[in-house]
Amino acid sequence: MATENMEAGEHAEASGHAEGHGGGHSPMEQFTIKPLIPIHIGKYDLSYTNSAMFMTFAVALTALLFGLSTKKRTLVPSRWQSISELMYEFVAGMVKDNTGKEGMKYFPFIFTLFLFILFGNFLGLLPYGFTFTSHIIVTATMAVVVFVGVTVIGFARHGLHFFALFVPPGAPLGIAIILAPLEFFSYLIRPVSLSLRLFANMLAGHVLLKVLAGFIITLGVFFGIVPFVAVFGITMLELMVAAIQAYVFALLTCLYLNDAIHLH
Amino acid sequence: MPQFDPSTFASQIFWLVVMFAALYWVVAKLAVPRVGQVLDQRARVIQDDLDRAMQLKGETDAALAAYETAMSAARGQAGDHMRAILADVKAVADQRTAEISASVAKQVAEAEARIAKAKQDALDSMNKVAGESASAIVAKLTGLNPDSGAVTTAVASALKDAR
Repeated sequence: MATENMEAGEHAEASGHAEGHGGGHSPMEQFTIKPLIPIHIGKYDLSYTNSAMFMTFAVALTALLFGLSTKKRTLVPSRWQSISELMYEFVAGMVKDNTGKEGMKYFPFIFTLFLFILFGNFLGLLPYGFTFTSHIIVTATMAVVVFVGVTVIGFARHGLHFFALFVPPGAPLGIAIILAPLEFFSYLIRPVSLSLRLFANMLAGHVLLKVLAGFIITLGVFFGIVPFVAVFGITMLELMVAAIQAYVFALLTCLYLNDAIHLH
Repeated sequence: MPQFDPSTFASQIFWLVVMFAALYWVVAKLAVPRVGQVLDQRARVIQDDLDRAMQLKGETDAALAAYETAMSAARGQAGDHMRAILADVKAVADQRTAEISASVAKQVAEAEARIAKAKQDALDSMNKVAGESASAIVAKLTGLNPDSGAVTTAVASALKDAR
Protein backbone atom coordinates (compact mmCIF):
# COMPACT_ATOMS: atom_id res chain seq x y z
CA MET A 1 0.00 0.00 0.00
CA ALA A 2 2.81 2.36 0.90
CA THR A 3 4.60 1.62 -2.36
CA GLU A 4 1.44 2.25 -4.33
CA ASN A 5 0.91 5.63 -2.74
CA MET A 6 4.57 6.43 -3.09
CA GLU A 7 4.38 5.92 -6.83
CA ALA A 8 1.07 7.69 -7.06
CA GLY A 9 2.54 10.59 -5.13
CA GLU A 10 5.57 10.80 -7.32
CA HIS A 11 3.38 10.61 -10.36
CA ALA A 12 1.14 13.37 -9.07
CA GLU A 13 4.16 15.52 -8.36
CA ALA A 14 5.66 14.81 -11.74
CA SER A 15 2.48 15.66 -13.63
CA GLY A 16 1.95 18.83 -11.63
CA HIS A 17 -1.23 17.77 -9.81
CA ALA A 18 -1.30 19.38 -6.40
CA GLU A 19 -4.33 17.66 -4.90
CA GLY A 20 -4.82 14.92 -2.29
CA HIS A 21 -2.07 13.41 -0.16
CA GLY A 22 -1.95 16.02 2.54
CA GLY A 23 -2.25 19.20 0.60
CA GLY A 24 -0.42 18.19 -2.54
CA HIS A 25 2.69 16.67 -0.93
CA SER A 26 3.94 13.30 -2.02
CA PRO A 27 4.92 11.02 0.90
CA MET A 28 8.47 11.31 -0.40
CA GLU A 29 8.47 15.08 -0.36
CA GLN A 30 9.51 15.07 3.31
CA PHE A 31 12.86 13.58 2.34
CA THR A 32 13.81 16.39 -0.04
CA ILE A 33 17.21 17.95 0.61
CA LYS A 34 16.81 21.72 0.61
CA PRO A 35 19.93 23.89 0.50
CA LEU A 36 19.77 26.61 3.15
CA ILE A 37 23.21 28.16 2.71
CA PRO A 38 24.68 27.36 -0.73
CA ILE A 39 28.36 26.48 -0.53
CA HIS A 40 30.26 25.42 -3.61
CA ILE A 41 33.87 24.36 -3.37
CA GLY A 42 35.36 23.47 -6.73
CA LYS A 43 32.96 21.20 -8.52
CA TYR A 44 31.46 19.97 -5.23
CA ASP A 45 28.17 21.24 -3.83
CA LEU A 46 28.73 21.31 -0.07
CA SER A 47 25.68 23.46 0.72
CA TYR A 48 24.41 23.64 4.29
CA THR A 49 21.06 21.88 3.91
CA ASN A 50 18.09 20.97 6.08
CA SER A 51 19.82 17.62 6.62
CA ALA A 52 22.96 19.35 7.87
CA MET A 53 20.80 21.58 10.06
CA PHE A 54 19.22 18.60 11.82
CA MET A 55 22.65 17.05 12.28
CA THR A 56 23.62 20.35 13.92
CA PHE A 57 20.54 20.11 16.15
CA ALA A 58 21.49 16.59 17.15
CA VAL A 59 25.00 17.71 18.08
CA ALA A 60 23.73 20.82 19.87
CA LEU A 61 21.10 18.87 21.82
CA THR A 62 23.62 16.27 22.92
CA ALA A 63 26.10 18.95 23.94
CA LEU A 64 23.36 20.82 25.78
CA LEU A 65 22.05 17.71 27.53
CA PHE A 66 25.44 16.49 28.71
CA GLY A 67 26.85 19.97 29.25
CA LEU A 68 24.04 21.18 31.49
CA SER A 69 23.11 17.96 33.24
CA THR A 70 26.67 17.17 34.33
CA LYS A 71 27.57 20.70 35.38
CA LYS A 72 27.19 20.04 39.11
CA ARG A 73 28.12 16.34 39.08
CA THR A 74 26.38 15.54 42.35
CA LEU A 75 26.79 12.23 44.10
CA VAL A 76 23.02 11.80 44.13
CA PRO A 77 22.07 12.72 40.56
CA SER A 78 19.41 15.19 39.54
CA ARG A 79 16.78 14.05 37.02
CA TRP A 80 18.72 15.39 34.05
CA GLN A 81 21.97 14.00 35.33
CA SER A 82 20.25 10.62 35.68
CA ILE A 83 19.34 10.73 31.99
CA SER A 84 22.98 11.35 31.03
CA GLU A 85 24.21 8.65 33.38
CA LEU A 86 21.57 6.20 32.17
CA MET A 87 22.57 6.65 28.52
CA TYR A 88 26.26 6.45 29.39
CA GLU A 89 25.85 3.30 31.46
CA PHE A 90 23.54 1.70 28.89
CA VAL A 91 26.06 2.09 26.05
CA ALA A 92 29.09 1.45 28.28
CA GLY A 93 27.46 -1.77 29.50
CA MET A 94 26.70 -2.80 25.94
CA VAL A 95 30.31 -2.18 24.81
CA LYS A 96 31.75 -3.98 27.82
CA ASP A 97 29.42 -6.98 27.53
CA ASN A 98 30.02 -7.43 23.81
CA THR A 99 33.65 -6.50 23.29
CA GLY A 100 35.17 -6.97 26.72
CA LYS A 101 37.64 -4.61 28.39
CA GLU A 102 39.77 -4.12 25.25
CA GLY A 103 36.76 -2.69 23.43
CA MET A 104 36.26 0.08 26.01
CA LYS A 105 38.74 2.36 24.23
CA TYR A 106 36.29 2.52 21.32
CA PHE A 107 33.44 3.37 23.70
CA PRO A 108 33.44 7.14 22.88
CA PHE A 109 33.05 6.34 19.18
CA ILE A 110 30.17 3.90 19.76
CA PHE A 111 28.53 6.29 22.22
CA THR A 112 28.78 9.04 19.58
CA LEU A 113 27.30 6.72 16.96
CA PHE A 114 24.42 5.80 19.28
CA LEU A 115 23.65 9.40 20.28
CA PHE A 116 23.93 10.70 16.71
CA ILE A 117 21.47 8.13 15.35
CA LEU A 118 19.18 8.34 18.39
CA PHE A 119 18.84 12.11 18.26
CA GLY A 120 18.60 12.04 14.45
CA ASN A 121 15.72 9.57 14.63
CA PHE A 122 13.91 11.41 17.40
CA LEU A 123 14.29 14.86 15.84
CA GLY A 124 12.95 13.46 12.58
CA LEU A 125 9.71 12.51 14.32
CA LEU A 126 8.97 16.11 15.29
CA PRO A 127 6.54 17.93 13.03
CA TYR A 128 8.40 19.66 10.20
CA GLY A 129 11.41 17.66 11.24
CA PHE A 130 13.89 16.15 8.84
CA THR A 131 15.28 12.66 9.37
CA PHE A 132 18.85 12.57 8.14
CA THR A 133 19.03 8.84 8.95
CA SER A 134 16.38 8.21 6.28
CA HIS A 135 19.00 8.92 3.62
CA ILE A 136 20.91 5.88 2.42
CA ILE A 137 24.03 7.92 1.78
CA VAL A 138 24.20 8.95 5.45
CA THR A 139 23.62 5.45 6.86
CA ALA A 140 25.93 3.95 4.22
CA THR A 141 28.73 6.38 5.10
CA MET A 142 28.44 5.49 8.78
CA ALA A 143 28.29 1.77 7.99
CA VAL A 144 31.32 1.98 5.70
CA VAL A 145 33.29 3.87 8.34
CA VAL A 146 32.41 1.17 10.87
CA PHE A 147 33.28 -1.59 8.38
CA VAL A 148 36.60 -0.07 7.35
CA GLY A 149 37.46 0.80 10.93
CA VAL A 150 36.69 -2.70 12.20
CA THR A 151 38.69 -4.28 9.36
CA VAL A 152 41.68 -2.01 10.01
CA ILE A 153 41.53 -2.80 13.76
CA GLY A 154 41.33 -6.51 12.93
CA PHE A 155 44.40 -6.45 10.69
CA ALA A 156 46.31 -4.16 13.06
CA ARG A 157 45.72 -6.57 15.97
CA HIS A 158 46.08 -9.91 14.24
CA GLY A 159 47.89 -9.22 10.96
CA LEU A 160 47.17 -11.86 8.32
CA HIS A 161 45.84 -14.12 11.06
CA PHE A 162 42.71 -11.98 10.86
CA PHE A 163 41.68 -14.15 7.87
CA ALA A 164 41.07 -16.94 10.40
CA LEU A 165 37.82 -15.07 11.10
CA PHE A 166 36.44 -16.59 7.90
CA VAL A 167 37.22 -20.18 8.93
CA PRO A 168 34.56 -21.44 11.33
CA PRO A 169 36.19 -22.87 14.46
CA GLY A 170 36.17 -26.64 14.77
CA ALA A 171 34.91 -27.27 11.23
CA PRO A 172 36.53 -30.10 9.24
CA LEU A 173 38.75 -28.96 6.35
CA GLY A 174 36.29 -29.99 3.64
CA ILE A 175 33.44 -28.04 5.18
CA ALA A 176 35.73 -25.11 6.04
CA ILE A 177 36.67 -24.74 2.37
CA ILE A 178 32.99 -24.43 1.46
CA LEU A 179 32.13 -22.21 4.44
CA ALA A 180 35.03 -19.77 4.21
CA PRO A 181 33.77 -18.01 1.03
CA LEU A 182 30.31 -17.79 2.60
CA GLU A 183 31.75 -16.27 5.76
CA PHE A 184 33.80 -13.87 3.64
CA PHE A 185 30.71 -12.87 1.69
CA SER A 186 28.67 -12.35 4.85
CA TYR A 187 31.52 -10.21 6.18
CA LEU A 188 31.50 -8.07 3.04
CA ILE A 189 27.71 -7.70 3.14
CA ARG A 190 27.84 -6.28 6.68
CA PRO A 191 27.95 -2.56 5.72
CA VAL A 192 25.07 -3.12 3.29
CA SER A 193 22.80 -4.76 5.85
CA LEU A 194 23.86 -2.31 8.54
CA SER A 195 23.06 0.77 6.44
CA LEU A 196 19.94 -0.65 4.78
CA ARG A 197 18.38 -1.66 8.10
CA LEU A 198 18.47 1.83 9.53
CA PHE A 199 17.64 3.56 6.25
CA ALA A 200 14.69 1.28 5.44
CA ASN A 201 13.24 1.49 8.95
CA MET A 202 13.31 5.27 8.96
CA LEU A 203 12.06 5.57 5.38
CA ALA A 204 9.17 3.12 5.83
CA GLY A 205 8.08 4.63 9.14
CA HIS A 206 7.95 8.17 7.82
CA VAL A 207 6.25 7.20 4.55
CA LEU A 208 3.62 5.25 6.46
CA LEU A 209 2.99 8.17 8.80
CA LYS A 210 2.70 10.58 5.90
CA VAL A 211 0.33 8.36 3.92
CA LEU A 212 -1.92 7.77 6.93
CA ALA A 213 -1.83 11.47 7.77
CA GLY A 214 -2.95 12.16 4.20
CA PHE A 215 -5.97 9.91 4.74
CA ILE A 216 -7.06 12.06 7.68
CA ILE A 217 -7.47 15.02 5.30
CA THR A 218 -9.15 13.08 2.49
CA LEU A 219 -11.57 11.19 4.76
CA GLY A 220 -12.74 14.34 6.54
CA VAL A 221 -13.49 15.09 10.18
CA PHE A 222 -15.82 12.14 10.83
CA PHE A 223 -14.10 9.17 9.16
CA GLY A 224 -10.70 10.75 9.52
CA ILE A 225 -10.69 9.71 13.16
CA VAL A 226 -9.72 6.17 12.09
CA PRO A 227 -6.42 7.10 10.38
CA PHE A 228 -5.88 9.69 13.11
CA VAL A 229 -5.88 6.98 15.76
CA ALA A 230 -3.65 4.87 13.50
CA VAL A 231 -1.19 7.74 13.08
CA PHE A 232 -1.18 8.21 16.84
CA GLY A 233 -0.39 4.53 17.41
CA ILE A 234 2.23 4.38 14.68
CA THR A 235 3.92 7.49 16.06
CA MET A 236 4.33 5.60 19.34
CA LEU A 237 5.69 2.65 17.38
CA GLU A 238 8.09 4.93 15.49
CA LEU A 239 9.39 6.39 18.75
CA MET A 240 10.22 2.85 19.76
CA VAL A 241 11.75 2.05 16.38
CA ALA A 242 13.86 5.22 16.57
CA ALA A 243 15.42 4.05 19.84
CA ILE A 244 15.69 0.41 18.80
CA GLN A 245 17.43 1.19 15.50
CA ALA A 246 19.99 3.40 17.24
CA TYR A 247 20.55 0.55 19.69
CA VAL A 248 20.80 -2.07 16.93
CA PHE A 249 23.31 -0.01 14.94
CA ALA A 250 25.49 0.49 18.00
CA LEU A 251 25.11 -3.13 19.12
CA LEU A 252 26.09 -4.53 15.71
CA THR A 253 29.08 -2.20 15.66
CA CYS A 254 30.06 -3.70 19.03
CA LEU A 255 29.67 -7.25 17.70
CA TYR A 256 31.77 -6.48 14.61
CA LEU A 257 34.37 -4.86 16.84
CA ASN A 258 34.37 -7.95 19.03
CA ASP A 259 35.07 -10.12 15.96
CA ALA A 260 37.99 -7.87 15.06
CA ILE A 261 39.42 -7.89 18.59
CA HIS A 262 38.84 -11.51 19.59
CA LEU A 263 38.35 -13.19 16.19
CA HIS A 264 35.95 -15.93 17.34
CA MET B 1 13.06 9.38 -4.39
CA PRO B 2 15.27 12.19 -3.03
CA GLN B 3 17.46 9.50 -1.46
CA PHE B 4 18.82 8.50 -4.86
CA ASP B 5 19.71 11.98 -6.12
CA PRO B 6 23.54 11.88 -6.33
CA SER B 7 23.79 15.69 -6.50
CA THR B 8 23.10 15.89 -2.75
CA PHE B 9 25.57 13.14 -1.76
CA ALA B 10 28.65 15.32 -1.48
CA SER B 11 26.93 17.80 0.82
CA GLN B 12 25.41 15.07 2.99
CA ILE B 13 28.67 13.18 3.39
CA PHE B 14 30.57 16.39 4.08
CA TRP B 15 28.19 17.61 6.76
CA LEU B 16 27.86 14.11 8.22
CA VAL B 17 31.62 13.97 8.67
CA VAL B 18 31.73 17.50 10.12
CA MET B 19 28.84 16.98 12.52
CA PHE B 20 29.89 13.48 13.51
CA ALA B 21 33.35 14.78 14.30
CA ALA B 22 31.82 17.63 16.30
CA LEU B 23 29.65 15.19 18.24
CA TYR B 24 32.63 12.90 18.78
CA TRP B 25 34.51 15.84 20.23
CA VAL B 26 31.55 16.68 22.52
CA VAL B 27 31.24 13.07 23.66
CA ALA B 28 34.95 12.38 24.09
CA LYS B 29 35.91 15.69 25.68
CA LEU B 30 32.77 16.53 27.64
CA ALA B 31 30.22 13.78 28.13
CA VAL B 32 32.41 10.74 28.77
CA PRO B 33 34.92 12.37 31.17
CA ARG B 34 32.24 14.14 33.17
CA VAL B 35 29.82 11.23 33.50
CA GLY B 36 32.73 8.84 33.99
CA GLN B 37 34.04 11.03 36.80
CA VAL B 38 30.64 11.07 38.52
CA LEU B 39 30.27 7.31 38.24
CA ASP B 40 33.84 6.69 39.45
CA GLN B 41 33.33 9.01 42.38
CA ARG B 42 30.07 7.33 43.29
CA ALA B 43 31.58 3.86 42.99
CA ARG B 44 34.50 4.98 45.18
CA VAL B 45 32.20 6.43 47.85
CA ILE B 46 30.11 3.26 47.88
CA GLN B 47 33.27 1.12 48.05
CA ASP B 48 34.63 3.24 50.89
CA ASP B 49 31.37 2.90 52.79
CA LEU B 50 31.36 -0.84 52.23
CA ASP B 51 34.98 -1.10 53.35
CA ARG B 52 34.23 0.89 56.47
CA ALA B 53 31.17 -1.23 57.17
CA MET B 54 33.31 -4.36 56.80
CA GLN B 55 35.97 -2.90 59.10
CA LEU B 56 33.36 -1.93 61.70
CA LYS B 57 31.85 -5.37 61.43
CA GLY B 58 35.28 -6.85 62.09
CA GLU B 59 35.67 -4.64 65.14
CA THR B 60 32.22 -5.64 66.33
CA ASP B 61 33.08 -9.30 65.89
CA ALA B 62 36.33 -8.83 67.82
CA ALA B 63 34.50 -7.02 70.61
CA LEU B 64 31.91 -9.77 70.68
CA ALA B 65 34.61 -12.45 70.83
CA ALA B 66 36.38 -10.55 73.64
CA TYR B 67 33.09 -10.28 75.49
CA GLU B 68 32.48 -14.00 75.04
CA THR B 69 35.93 -14.93 76.38
CA ALA B 70 35.61 -12.51 79.29
CA MET B 71 32.18 -13.90 80.01
CA SER B 72 33.33 -17.51 79.99
CA ALA B 73 36.38 -16.63 82.12
CA ALA B 74 34.12 -14.85 84.59
CA ARG B 75 31.79 -17.81 84.55
CA GLY B 76 34.69 -20.18 85.28
CA GLN B 77 35.95 -17.93 88.05
CA ALA B 78 32.50 -17.72 89.56
CA GLY B 79 32.28 -21.51 89.46
CA ASP B 80 35.65 -21.81 91.22
CA HIS B 81 34.54 -19.38 93.91
CA MET B 82 31.33 -21.28 94.28
CA ARG B 83 33.12 -24.59 94.64
CA ALA B 84 35.62 -23.13 97.13
CA ILE B 85 32.82 -21.66 99.23
CA LEU B 86 30.87 -24.89 99.10
CA ALA B 87 33.96 -26.83 100.18
CA ASP B 88 34.52 -24.41 103.09
CA VAL B 89 30.91 -24.64 104.14
CA LYS B 90 31.00 -28.41 103.90
CA ALA B 91 34.18 -28.57 106.00
CA VAL B 92 32.66 -26.31 108.66
CA ALA B 93 29.44 -28.29 108.59
CA ASP B 94 31.32 -31.59 108.88
CA GLN B 95 33.36 -30.23 111.76
CA ARG B 96 30.24 -28.95 113.52
CA THR B 97 28.47 -32.21 112.89
CA ALA B 98 31.44 -34.12 114.27
CA GLU B 99 31.62 -31.84 117.34
CA ILE B 100 27.92 -32.05 117.97
CA SER B 101 27.81 -35.81 117.50
CA ALA B 102 30.84 -36.17 119.77
CA SER B 103 29.21 -34.08 122.50
CA VAL B 104 25.94 -35.91 122.01
CA ALA B 105 27.76 -39.21 122.25
CA LYS B 106 29.51 -37.98 125.39
CA GLN B 107 26.21 -36.87 126.91
CA VAL B 108 24.60 -40.15 125.94
CA ALA B 109 27.50 -42.00 127.53
CA GLU B 110 27.21 -39.90 130.71
CA ALA B 111 23.46 -40.41 130.77
CA GLU B 112 23.88 -44.12 130.28
CA ALA B 113 26.48 -44.17 133.08
CA ARG B 114 24.08 -42.25 135.33
CA ILE B 115 21.25 -44.58 134.47
CA ALA B 116 23.44 -47.60 135.15
CA LYS B 117 24.55 -46.14 138.49
CA ALA B 118 20.97 -45.26 139.44
CA LYS B 119 19.90 -48.76 138.50
CA GLN B 120 22.72 -50.22 140.63
CA ASP B 121 21.82 -47.90 143.51
CA ALA B 122 18.20 -48.91 143.18
CA LEU B 123 19.13 -52.57 143.15
CA ASP B 124 21.49 -52.09 146.11
CA SER B 125 18.84 -50.26 148.12
CA MET B 126 16.31 -52.94 147.18
CA ASN B 127 18.75 -55.59 148.58
CA LYS B 128 19.17 -53.51 151.70
CA VAL B 129 15.40 -53.03 152.03
CA ALA B 130 14.88 -56.72 151.40
CA GLY B 131 17.55 -57.60 154.04
CA GLU B 132 16.06 -55.24 156.61
CA SER B 133 12.61 -56.52 155.83
CA ALA B 134 13.82 -60.07 156.12
CA SER B 135 15.57 -59.27 159.50
CA ALA B 136 12.40 -57.53 160.75
CA ILE B 137 10.24 -60.45 159.67
CA VAL B 138 12.61 -62.96 161.33
CA ALA B 139 12.69 -60.92 164.60
CA LYS B 140 8.92 -60.67 164.67
CA LEU B 141 8.39 -64.30 164.00
CA THR B 142 11.18 -65.79 166.07
CA GLY B 143 12.15 -63.02 168.45
CA LEU B 144 15.71 -63.68 167.53
CA ASN B 145 18.02 -61.08 166.26
CA PRO B 146 19.58 -62.63 163.13
CA ASP B 147 23.12 -62.02 162.07
CA SER B 148 22.99 -59.23 159.52
CA GLY B 149 25.74 -60.78 157.40
CA ALA B 150 23.89 -64.08 157.06
CA VAL B 151 20.66 -62.27 156.16
CA THR B 152 22.33 -60.30 153.49
CA THR B 153 23.85 -63.41 151.95
CA ALA B 154 20.53 -65.29 152.11
CA VAL B 155 18.63 -62.41 150.52
CA ALA B 156 21.20 -62.05 147.84
CA SER B 157 21.02 -65.74 146.96
CA ALA B 158 17.20 -65.66 147.18
CA LEU B 159 17.09 -62.66 144.82
CA LYS B 160 19.47 -64.42 142.52
CA ASP B 161 17.18 -67.42 142.39
CA ALA B 162 14.13 -65.23 141.86
CA ARG B 163 15.65 -63.57 138.87
